[in-house]
Amino acid sequence: MPTLFPDPFDALQQFQQALDSFRTSGWLSTGPSAGGAYPPINVFRKGDDLVAIAEVPGIQKSDLEIQVVGRTIRVAGSKSVEYGDKAALHRRERLAGRFDRAFTVPVEIDADRVKAECRDGILALYLPRAERDKPKTIAVG
Amino acid sequence: MARSQALEVQEKKEFLSKDEKTVPARYYVPTTDIYETDDTLTVVMELPGVEKQAIDVNAENDVLRIDARIDFAKYEGLEPIYTEYNIGHFARSFILSNKIDQQQIRAQLDDGVLTLTLKKAQEARPRRIAIG
Repeated sequence: MPTLFPDPFDALQQFQQALDSFRTSGWLSTGPSAGGAYPPINVFRKGDDLVAIAEVPGIQKSDLEIQVVGRTIRVAGSKSVEYGDKAALHRRERLAGRFDRAFTVPVEIDADRVKAECRDGILALYLPRAERDKPKTIAVG
Repeated sequence: MARSQALEVQEKKEFLSKDEKTVPARYYVPTTDIYETDDTLTVVMELPGVEKQAIDVNAENDVLRIDARIDFAKYEGLEPIYTEYNIGHFARSFILSNKIDQQQIRAQLDDGVLTLTLKKAQEARPRRIAIG
């Protein structure tokens, strides 16, 4: 299991390998509603629930718009990159622009309890699994 | 900058250096803008997931070196099921073409973006020469 890390020095490397191995995962199919691929998203399982994480450096909370409809989550917004006046630009790698992405998770989520947090350029979406979708233990009579 | 333009995904580049790290984990190269005014050199770097206290900035022997570590503990208990990018610490270094004042490096971190303002040393600033 990728969640068990006996050696703290190896832990990050093992986690990186685990992240790599799920890059071909077909778990999240691209929905027809997707308007673009930004921001790249990682989806994790945390107990019964899901956590979707995206790197959005330089985007302010007020420039982010998150919507949830059923199992589809839309992340939209804009990013601006500014340089001072009279500055000579030597290197320009950061991009600015609009983004609008929608993705659909293959499990039922409780739209009313979805939480979004944005700190240090990381956007985390907590997607609690709907009660009705959780597996139930059936006692054998 | 046109705000109407669609934002493209930039694949994270792995940091490969001739100075090897002693820890096995992969490092990434942060996307960076560099611009210069008459008396300052500004380096703007995207470091998502890095907190203030985990950034080392070092300017010695005309090399500006930035080392930033993510808080990996935040991923504890999370089991990946679908991934589009990888995570890791960040490192990058630049050779400074101007003499800078070591004592006057200002750093600010906002929304995962580090802005370093380096003051050029007095002798490196352009001088206006009056034609007599």
